[in-house]
Amino acid sequence: MTRIDASSSHLSYLDSLAYRDSPIHRLDPRVKLITTLLFIVCVVSFAKYEVSALLPFAIYPLILLALARLPPGYILRHLLLAVPFALCIGLFNPLFDRATLLHVGSIGISGGWISFASIMLRFALTVSAALILVASTGFDSLCLALARLGVPRPFVVQLLLLYRYLFVLVDEAMRLSRARAQRSFGRRGMELSVVASLLAQLLLRTLDRAQRIYLAMQCRGFDGEVRLLRPLRIGGRDVAFLTGWTAVLLGLRFLDPAPALGHAFGELLPW
Amino acid sequence: MHMADALISPLVGGVMWAATAGITVYSARKLKADGDDRIVPLMGVLGAFVFAAQMINFSIPGTGSSGHLGGGMLLSILLGPYAAFLTLASVLTVQALFFADGGLLALGCNIFNLAFFPCFIAYPLIYRPIAGTQAAGKRVVAASLVAAIVGLQLGAASVVLQTWFSGISDLPFATFLLLMLPIHLAIGIVEGLLTAAVVSFVGRARPEVLAVAASGRQRPPHGGGRLLAGLLLLTALTGGLLSWFASPQHDGLEWAIFHSTGKEALPTPVSEAHSLAAALQERTALLPDYGFRQAAESGDATAAGEVAGTVGEIEKAWPDVNAGTSFSGLIGATISLLLAGLLGFVLLRLRQRP
Repeated sequence: MTRIDASSSHLSYLDSLAYRDSPIHRLDPRVKLITTLLFIVCVVSFAKYEVSALLPFAIYPLILLALARLPPGYILRHLLLAVPFALCIGLFNPLFDRATLLHVGSIGISGGWISFASIMLRFALTVSAALILVASTGFDSLCLALARLGVPRPFVVQLLLLYRYLFVLVDEAMRLSRARAQRSFGRRGMELSVVASLLAQLLLRTLDRAQRIYLAMQCRGFDGEVRLLRPLRIGGRDVAFLTGWTAVLLGLRFLDPAPALGHAFGELLPW
Repeated sequence: MHMADALISPLVGGVMWAATAGITVYSARKLKADGDDRIVPLMGVLGAFVFAAQMINFSIPGTGSSGHLGGGMLLSILLGPYAAFLTLASVLTVQALFFADGGLLALGCNIFNLAFFPCFIAYPLIYRPIAGTQAAGKRVVAASLVAAIVGLQLGAASVVLQTWFSGISDLPFATFLLLMLPIHLAIGIVEGLLTAAVVSFVGRARPEVLAVAASGRQRPPHGGGRLLAGLLLLTALTGGLLSWFASPQHDGLEWAIFHSTGKEALPTPVSEAHSLAAALQERTALLPDYGFRQAAESGDATAAGEVAGTVGEIEKAWPDVNAGTSFSGLIGATISLLLAGLLGFVLLRLRQRP
């Protein structure tokens, strides 16, 4: 039960973050979407054993996090919640890849552990970038950006309607679930047959709701097309953001400044 | 079952994005041609229903664990393939954005695995022929069960293929397959039973809902062959286009040899072009050989001269990560990470002050 409440409150909290105001929030959603995608492609395109070249990429989520004034603890907690799949698959790497790749002093580190570290790093970077995108943009603006970037209109409308009714139906499911929990002590009421009829009831209510929504839309002149009227303008800030980050990301991707930096640091030290 | 960004290569992600984009455009066009705008709010609310349904969990008989509805098969039965595909795609998009289930690059993979198979394979080829036009009864139960199992098995096999093609995970193909298929057989049976129970309930309580879906309005795709052909063409085109970039460039092996012979990798224009080429190839290699690639990378780092010295210590054709190079790389990376963190911290402080 706590899990349900948690994921529901997570959803509304993430939604509320998008209503804050910051330089990042004010950017054009298309620019943020494209930059995020570029970031993810850059991160994912590295070779399997790459760790050191991935670390500098953390500059993107960290700076955006700070500029957008998003709570870092929240993003971190969310990152941990989403970790299981990548962790489960990634943990097989140390089992299957035992060849020693790196020596730190006398301890040999196998290739599997290095690629595992790489997977976890990729995971943290890509997921936090996506979360920051949503938290600083909001779903409606993202849908608008998708529509302007050429995503088929029916799909965009579907996303908007889904999101609109998500909160309504999740609340309804939570009420059902809570009612069941109060009437069934412990395990009872969790059987497949009970759940099936609960779900079917929810489904029937949902279908009725769809009918009501359709009639309401008809009354307001719905003709199968949803018009998105909010204007989007790409200004100087947006261009600067896009070109700046493109340069940084491509630079980090292809020039890999980390070894040079480490080398320079090594020269500075007396040893 | 959701693929993660961390486990796929850009090529696999890109190809699956192209494939799902193609199916999305195709489905949207089909839906528009149908001309029934009643489906627009219905799809929206049913998409939300899938989320809501996943919050009501139940105990799986015989085990201590609990599961929830996936919803792919149920939506196909209620909406028909095209509308169900778009609805499931929207559900997966919201999951990727808000719950970090999968990722943005892996979204194409996830939509393909979890929406394409139930909507365009399991529903028209398995559910419809078995269930016929019935709204409830034994045939519906059997059809839902078989269709849900087949849909999930195909999806699971597809996850394994995508992971294997990406080459990030070390799980051997057969092992991973043997791991995934039985798990998803169990999930499929539960999903099928639950789908059957819900469909039967709705069929008894409100038969007209299912009758509408089963009758003419949403036909199963008769142009399935054309769709498949288009899909294959699209996949081949994307794959071909991306790997074409790599083909005129240096072979990874050549590149590795060039460097491990101990030549100085001074930052001359030639070297930069080479590293660009290697990086490009890295990005586009379908089944990249990581061993050689790693050598190329450590080779073009600053301390390339040391590679020759330590290369003898490496027993196998495994990536010869030079200790010195990778150590300075690691230090550099850590420093840049610290710098980034410091920068972020300073920005945060500056913003909070006013």
